[in-house]
Amino acid sequence: MSDLHTELKKSIIEQLNLEDMEVSEIENDEHLFGDGLGLDSIDALELIVLLEKDYGIKLTDPNQGKEIFNSINTMVDFIEKNRTR
Amino acid sequence: MYKIYINGISSVSPQSEDIFENDFPQTYNENILPARNVDYKALIKPMMLRRMSKAVKMGLYCSKKALQEAGVIKPGAILLGTGQGCMQDTEKFMSNMLENEEGLLSPTSFIQSTHNTVAGQIALDLKCKGHNMTFTQNSASFETALLDAILLFGDREIQEILVGGVDETSREFTGFQRLDGQIKEKYIQNLDLFASGTTGTIISESAAFFSLSSESNASTYAELKDVQIINRVEKSELNSKIEEFLFRNKMVPSQIDVVILGKNGDSRFDHYYEDLQQGLFSKKCQVGFKHLVGDNNSISSYACWLASKILKEKKIPKIFKLNTINCNTPRNILIYNQYLGRNHGLILLKSH
Amino acid sequence: MRGVAVTGMGLVSAIGNNIGETHDSLKSGKDGISSPEILKTNLQELPVGEIKLSNSQISDILKLPECHSFTRAALLGILAIKELLSNSGYSKFPEDTGFISGTSIGGSDKTEEHFYDYKDHPEYRKYIQAQHPGFTTGKIAEYYDLKGVVTTISTACSSSANAIMMGARMIESGKLKRVIVGGSDCLTRFTLNGFNSLKILSNEKSKAFDKNRNGLNLGEAGAYIMLEAEELIRDKRVLGRILGYGNANDAFHQTASSENGEGAYLAISQALNKAKLSAREIDFINAHGTGTRNNDLSESVALKRIFGDDIPDFSSTKAFTGHTLGAAGAVEAIFSLLAIQNSELYPNLNFNSEMLETELTPISQFQKKEINTVLSNSFGFGGNCTSLIFQKDV
Repeated sequence: MSDLHTELKKSIIEQLNLEDMEVSEIENDEHLFGDGLGLDSIDALELIVLLEKDYGIKLTDPNQGKEIFNSINTMVDFIEKNRTR
Repeated sequence: MYKIYINGISSVSPQSEDIFENDFPQTYNENILPARNVDYKALIKPMMLRRMSKAVKMGLYCSKKALQEAGVIKPGAILLGTGQGCMQDTEKFMSNMLENEEGLLSPTSFIQSTHNTVAGQIALDLKCKGHNMTFTQNSASFETALLDAILLFGDREIQEILVGGVDETSREFTGFQRLDGQIKEKYIQNLDLFASGTTGTIISESAAFFSLSSESNASTYAELKDVQIINRVEKSELNSKIEEFLFRNKMVPSQIDVVILGKNGDSRFDHYYEDLQQGLFSKKCQVGFKHLVGDNNSISSYACWLASKILKEKKIPKIFKLNTINCNTPRNILIYNQYLGRNHGLILLKSH
Repeated sequence: MRGVAVTGMGLVSAIGNNIGETHDSLKSGKDGISSPEILKTNLQELPVGEIKLSNSQISDILKLPECHSFTRAALLGILAIKELLSNSGYSKFPEDTGFISGTSIGGSDKTEEHFYDYKDHPEYRKYIQAQHPGFTTGKIAEYYDLKGVVTTISTACSSSANAIMMGARMIESGKLKRVIVGGSDCLTRFTLNGFNSLKILSNEKSKAFDKNRNGLNLGEAGAYIMLEAEELIRDKRVLGRILGYGNANDAFHQTASSENGEGAYLAISQALNKAKLSAREIDFINAHGTGTRNNDLSESVALKRIFGDDIPDFSSTKAFTGHTLGAAGAVEAIFSLLAIQNSELYPNLNFNSEMLETELTPISQFQKKEINTVLSNSFGFGGNCTSLIFQKDV
C-alpha cells in the first residue's frame, strides 16, 4: 500500500465525516459506493472537491466520477495519472 | 368536534429527561446552554449520523422516541417549528465561502443548511411521504406547527401527526447574540435567571417532539385543545387576548389550573409574564422553565413537553414552580410565551 | 362558488417592478436574466434573474428612513405588497388580516455582508437578528401594521406555495377571514455559491425540459396574493380561486428528486383530489421546471404518471425570472392567475429539443387560449413537493 493509498483514506475519512472509521478498515479494492463503504451522491460531490483541492484535478463531467470513485485503487490510479499537485 | 391527543413525547434539552423523577437540575454558568448528550447511535445509523448537525440529531432522535412511545410507525404528516434552523451548517458554509472568497466549496454543509433539513431528514429516515412543513417564525415557530396540525386534523384525512420544535446553537451566530444584547452580558448561573434583573437572557439548544393522534390510547398524555399566535400585543391588551382565546374554547381564566410562562429573565420584557402572575393568574399555580432549559426560538415545545408530563403524572416538580400555590389535579394548562416582546404564543392543553 | 377567492396581488421580479410590467414581459418573451451587478459576487459567469434596483433605490421608493434595518427580502416583500394593497380595494389592511410568508434565505444577505463587522462595528448589530427568516417577515408585517397571525414557512423552493396552501386552509377553516400569502427571496452569495457547489447552476440561460439542459439560473422576487373569505368579497373583483392544493414528501434524498417523481406525483394527486377534479380538467401546467437534469426528468415522469399520454399544455416560466427559490411558488401562482384572467399561455423560453426519456414538448411560444384551470408545481430541497390548482372565478 503506497503513501497515496493511506493519504487518500485519511482524507476521505476526514472530508466525509466517517467519524469512527480507521484507515485500516477501508480495503483498497472495496466498493466505495453502494454495497461496501456505502457512500452516496453527496459524498460523490465531496470527492470531486477533494480531487481538485488536494490534487488539482478538475472533473468537467461529474458523471466521470462513477468509474473513478469505484474503489481506493481506481482513485489512486486516476490521481497518479492526472495530478497537477 | 374532533379531539387531538398527545400520545408520545420526547425531549432533548440542557436538562435530563427524567427531571420529574430526579429533581436535581443541571446548572450552567456561561449563558449558552448546550443540550445534554444522549445516545444518538442507538436510534440513528452511523452513515446518516456523520453528516447531522445537532438540530438534525436531536430532532430525529426525539421524533423516533415519541413515535415509539405512541406506537406509531409512520405518521401521516411531519410538522416542525424552528426559528434558527440548521445554523451550524449555515455558519460552516458561510464561513468557508467568505474565507475562500467564493472559491472551491464543499457542498455538504450547504445541503444541510436549509431550515427544512430536520423535517426532510426525519421523512427520509421514516420513509414518510406525507405532508411535511417547517415553520420559522421566531418564538411562534412551534406554535405555528401545532396550528397546522389542528388544521390537518380538521380535514379528517390524517390520523397521526408528528409535531416538534428544535433549535441549535452555533459558535459564531450564537456568539453574535451576545453582541446585540440578546444574551446577558454578565455570566449568571441558570437557576438565578429570574433574579438577575438585567436585560437579555440565556440561550440554549433543545428539541421536543410529540406524536399526535385523533385517537387516544394507553400512552395518552393530554389533549391539545387550541393554539394561537399573535405577532404584537400591547401590555394593556394581553389580558383581553388571553380571555378571547379561552372564550373561543368555551373557557374563562378561572378554569385554568396551571399557567406555564416563558419568563426568561429579560428585564425589558418579563413584564408580560409578571402582569399575569400578579393579575389574571395570581391565584393559580405558576410554572417557569427557562431557568432550567434556557431560551431559544422553539423552547415552547419544551413547555408543551412539561405540560404533557404534568397532566399525565399529576405532579409538578418543585424546581419548576414560580409560586407556592399548588395544584393537585391539574386539568387545564395554558402555556404563554413570547420573545423580545414579539411573536406571542398561547397553547391550551387539557387532561385526558 | 368553490375555492378560496384571490382578491389582490403584487409582484416584483427580474421581469418587472409590478404586475403590468411583468405581464408585458411575459407576452413579449422578454427574460430578465443577466450577469449579477447589484449582488457583489466573484461568480460573474453565472446568469441570474436580478432585480435591477439596489436596496437604497427601493428604500427611496418606499420613503424609508436612512438607518433602517430592512433586509433585501423585506424590501422586495414590502414593494410587492404595496402593489397588492393598491389593487385590493383597501387603503390600509384591516386589523384582522393574517400574513404568511415563504422564504428560503430570509435575511442572510445581511449576515454575509456583515459577518466580520459585528464584532467591532456596533452600528451593524441591528442586522444580527436578520439571520433567521422570521425577522424579515416581522419587518414586513410591521411596515403594514399587521399584528395578528404572522408567520413564516421555510421549505426551500416550495416555501411560498406552502404559504398559499396554509392561507387557503386558514380561510376554509374559518380561522382567518383575510390573509396575505406569498414569499420573497433575494440573491445572495450564500445561495449562488451553494447551488454552484452542487453543480446545478448553468452558465447559460436555463432551458427547462430541453434534452441539453444543464442547470438553473437563480433569481429573486417578492410576490404576494390576498385571500379572502366569501362573506368579505361583496362586489370586489375576484382574480381567481384556489381550488386545490397538496403537499407530499419525496423521502428519497436530501436534494435530488426520485426517478419516478413520487413526491411530485403524490402532491399533484392530492391537489386534484382536494379540487375534486380529474386530470383531464387541467387546462395548463406551470411546471417547477428548473432546468436541472434531475428535476425536469423527475417532474416529467410524475406528469406522465398523472396525465398518461394526455398531458395538458405546460411550461416553466423560470427562464423569465430565474429560480426565485422561496418566492417561486407565489411568483408562479400570479403567472397562473394572469394566464387565467387573460386567456394566455406563457412560453417555456430557450426550449429546443425534447428529452429523449419522455419526449414531452412544452409551450415555446406565447399563445392566446381560453384557460380555466391551472396546476402550478413547486418542489424544494428536503423532498418538499407542493402543487396548487387555480381556477377562473365565475
